[in-house]
Amino acid sequence: MIERTPLLNTATYAVLLLGALSVFVPLWLVYVGATLTVREINIPELHLFPGDHLFDNLQAAWARGHLGGRLANSLIMSLGVATGKVVMSAITAFGLVYFRFPGRMLIFWMIFITLMLPLEVRIVPTYAVAANALWPFQTILDVTGLSTVIAALTGVQVALEWNLLNSYTGLILPLIATATGTFLYRQFFLTVPDELLEAARMDGAGPFRFLTEFLLPLSRANMAALFTIMFLYAWNQYLWPLLATPDRAGFGTTSVVELKMLAPSVLTNGGGTPDWNVAMAGCLIVMLPPLLLVAFMQRYFVRGLIATEK
Amino acid sequence: MEKRATFSKTSVGVMFVLPQILLVFTFFYWPTGAALYWAFTLERPWGGGNEWVGLDNFRQVFADRAYWGSIIRSIIFAGATSFLSMGFGLLLAVACDRGLKFYQAFRTVFVWPYAVVAPAAALAFRFIFAPEAGIFSALVKSNHEFWNPAQNGYHAMTMIIVCYSWKYAAYCFIFFLAALQAIPRSVIEASALDGAGVLRRVRDIQLPLITPTFFFLLVISITDSFQDSFGIVDVMTDGGPAKATEFMVYKIYFDGFRGLDYSGAAAQSIVLMFLMMVLTFFQFRFIERRIHYS
Amino acid sequence: MAAVTLRRVKKNYGPTTVVHGVDLEINAGEFVVILGPSGCGKSTLLRMIAGLEAITDGEIAIGEKIVNTLEPRERGCAMVFQNYALYPHMTVAENIGYALKVAGMGKAERTARIKAVGDMLGLTEFLERKPMQLSGGQRQRVAMGRAMIREPDVFLYDEPLSNLDARLRVAMRVEIRRLHQRLGTTSLFVTHDQVEAMTLADRIVVMNKGIIEQVGTPDEVYHRPASTYVAGFVGSPGLNLLHATVDKAALCIRFKDGQSIALDQEQAASLSDGPVVFGFRAEQTQVVEQGGLKIASSFNEALGSSRLLHGLLADEEAVISIPGDQPFNVTSSINVTIPSKAMHFFDPESGRRIG
Ligand SMILES: Nc1ncnc2c1ncn2[C@@H]1O[C@H](COP(=O)(O)OP(=O)(O)OP(=O)(O)O)[C@@H](O)[C@H]1O
Ligand SMILES: [Mg+2]
Repeated sequence: MIERTPLLNTATYAVLLLGALSVFVPLWLVYVGATLTVREINIPELHLFPGDHLFDNLQAAWARGHLGGRLANSLIMSLGVATGKVVMSAITAFGLVYFRFPGRMLIFWMIFITLMLPLEVRIVPTYAVAANALWPFQTILDVTGLSTVIAALTGVQVALEWNLLNSYTGLILPLIATATGTFLYRQFFLTVPDELLEAARMDGAGPFRFLTEFLLPLSRANMAALFTIMFLYAWNQYLWPLLATPDRAGFGTTSVVELKMLAPSVLTNGGGTPDWNVAMAGCLIVMLPPLLLVAFMQRYFVRGLIATEK
Repeated sequence: MEKRATFSKTSVGVMFVLPQILLVFTFFYWPTGAALYWAFTLERPWGGGNEWVGLDNFRQVFADRAYWGSIIRSIIFAGATSFLSMGFGLLLAVACDRGLKFYQAFRTVFVWPYAVVAPAAALAFRFIFAPEAGIFSALVKSNHEFWNPAQNGYHAMTMIIVCYSWKYAAYCFIFFLAALQAIPRSVIEASALDGAGVLRRVRDIQLPLITPTFFFLLVISITDSFQDSFGIVDVMTDGGPAKATEFMVYKIYFDGFRGLDYSGAAAQSIVLMFLMMVLTFFQFRFIERRIHYS
Repeated sequence: MAAVTLRRVKKNYGPTTVVHGVDLEINAGEFVVILGPSGCGKSTLLRMIAGLEAITDGEIAIGEKIVNTLEPRERGCAMVFQNYALYPHMTVAENIGYALKVAGMGKAERTARIKAVGDMLGLTEFLERKPMQLSGGQRQRVAMGRAMIREPDVFLYDEPLSNLDARLRVAMRVEIRRLHQRLGTTSLFVTHDQVEAMTLADRIVVMNKGIIEQVGTPDEVYHRPASTYVAGFVGSPGLNLLHATVDKAALCIRFKDGQSIALDQEQAASLSDGPVVFGFRAEQTQVVEQGGLKIASSFNEALGSSRLLHGLLADEEAVISIPGDQPFNVTSSINVTIPSKAMHFFDPESGRRIG
């Protein structure tokens, strides 16, 4: 469109530049912080230009934060959540859309409602479940009197126990138990024309074949989008890994939770001035993987974010 | 909407849905039910199960001034961060949507903060705002009262709000820009032919057409600010100083895991759940999500 | 009311040129239809006149004024979009009156004008509705009303009827023509439907791949197509085009299979010996028992009022049309004669008309 709005264009660019600056400045300050020595960084003045101790600090952060293992934990958890979500959502949506069975609508709503309440609000009992994932089933047996029956019949006292704390399963499963992706797939499957199934069936494809050879290839873009979103979501998790990994010496925790340990303060875990240079180096390391992912997958990321609407 | 063509084997269909049901039952409904149960009961001190206490736990929670404090702080935080992140997100989205040269580069950059892990952003801003080493250190040198988030609750709150808004402005930006770009080009062109200049078009056409997104983001950013603030608070201030940044989720965590008061934490969880359900319900029920362009 | 003049107007999108230096003169008050296949640059041309696209090169004038760098709102054009582009959040009345509101007209006067336009278009009872609550035809009227109310110098229509069903399209076509008679505003109408073009236009501009093939009245375009492209595009079916050789000595043209058609002196004078593309309209032939051209017929289509016979003449496709009520017996071939008035000749190299 032809527009002669030089003033407005200048103003627009000013806004855009200010926006870009406010994105860059904090990131730049982190970078600069990560390149200074402890002495330099604690000189009370504005540090705008990088020093030359980046690698020392990265090394220190890597060692002090056990970042090798911690990053591996983060990566395994994020991949697990993203993959689990992509697979689980696909098959659930498939079952809900392409089959008729009694209670289907009830199940649909049961899953739908999980969208309303995030993990954080039911954190305490979820922790209890993670401490023994079979607690619900044990309780059901106890309350219904089945365990007494079993004890009487077999002489075995039923004591179900499966501790998920300090395990990848425990980190991953509760984060998968929501409906986010299921709805994305459901919407998508509903737009797939009925004729496709009819044609596939005439060619002799069963449900499993239809899912893997028709629907999934068609939803590749959706899968990529969901994967990116869920990976980011999992990498970002803080409260859950904080609770689910009490054994810091053994299993360790995720890199994101570990970050806090790099910067003790009066308010958080006991006094002292943190080694800011090392903390910022750790910060750089931990923020890098998701930033890279988003940089490479921006199209899918934005699309996924909007499609799932969280 | 329903499929006309489906598979007939019921058992196979159930098999596909079963894993999700098991997960949702174990990690969603059971904990939610447990929270309800705990909220209305009290664990007997020397074992022997729980005792039904009715609304006692809620009475206790609501009688606690600290709890009201956490609610008020959560609301202030939600209001301030929604205002800031939506405001900046919208401004940048409108600027990008003008489609001037290089706008794609700006668009890419504006998405980044959302990809920065919240606790990492928290640590970064804690450093930036640190009176001993950050950009404020130069100012603080002479006057220690001027800025000290470790002791001044208002400073701490400000710091957390800025950090959170920095990250979530990117989120709002993504949604606002998508909504603006969903407006058909021809509608904008028609208004240009009708004589409306750029700013007039923003006011008369673009903003009214993205109101659904506006309300959607408002609800999302309020509910998100309740839940996602935890990591930032924990890394930046641990809820301090003197509980000045203790929000609802943080208090649940603190009372439940540090204070081991399961019933109190459960009662708080139920209150929070109720709040979130009301907000979400409101969104589903009253906010039309899309404008239908003919 | 204003004239519109295009001088060597060119448009590039990056490295591709989509409009190649178009020259066009539209008189004040004229109704001009731009006709061409999808992707030929019709919309681009219209949008450049409206100021919605910048022009790469050349000059556009509306009235006396060069408008190259003027913004859309300064050009005095109103446009009806293919998808109508109504404001979904405004009522019909607000949609129609928006331009006046922006121009700062008072409420009372505005309401009166909206009412007048609404009455003229039969929208009176819908004024308080939102576009969503209207049928396709009603939305189309609102779009027209929005354009009309400003009393623009130039009306631009970009395929405004293509989203309507066939009956409504015919009705709206008549209405647009009637409106033009009443208001007399200079109008440019883009379409790829040649029936629309023939019925609406004072003059038709036939476009192909970003260039103008012919500008002329509907009659000229139909009866004297300027190129093989226009000949094939206009008319239903398009002109039959067959390769042949001129033999001036024998006063005839000869097809590859040895058949020939006699020319008269006048025709022969404008032709020169050698290859030529010969054209004739399906509906301007006469079926004869003996003599004439022999066409090996393959199949036929009954259209009710007429019947189209498809066949091969010297291995090239040809179609002829006979009245629908004429008795017809399927035979392997059919003989036709073509009156000399109905013969067209084109240069096989350039595709331009000869004579
Ligand atoms: N913004 C653009 N960038 C690049 N190429 C474009 C752009 N807009 C149009 N084109 C190209 O310009 C050519 C002309 O487009 P235009 O829209 O004018 O066609 P049209 O004649 O209106 O076709 P239709 O009948 O399908 O509307 C097309 O080949 C199209 O691909
Ligand atoms: Mg077009």
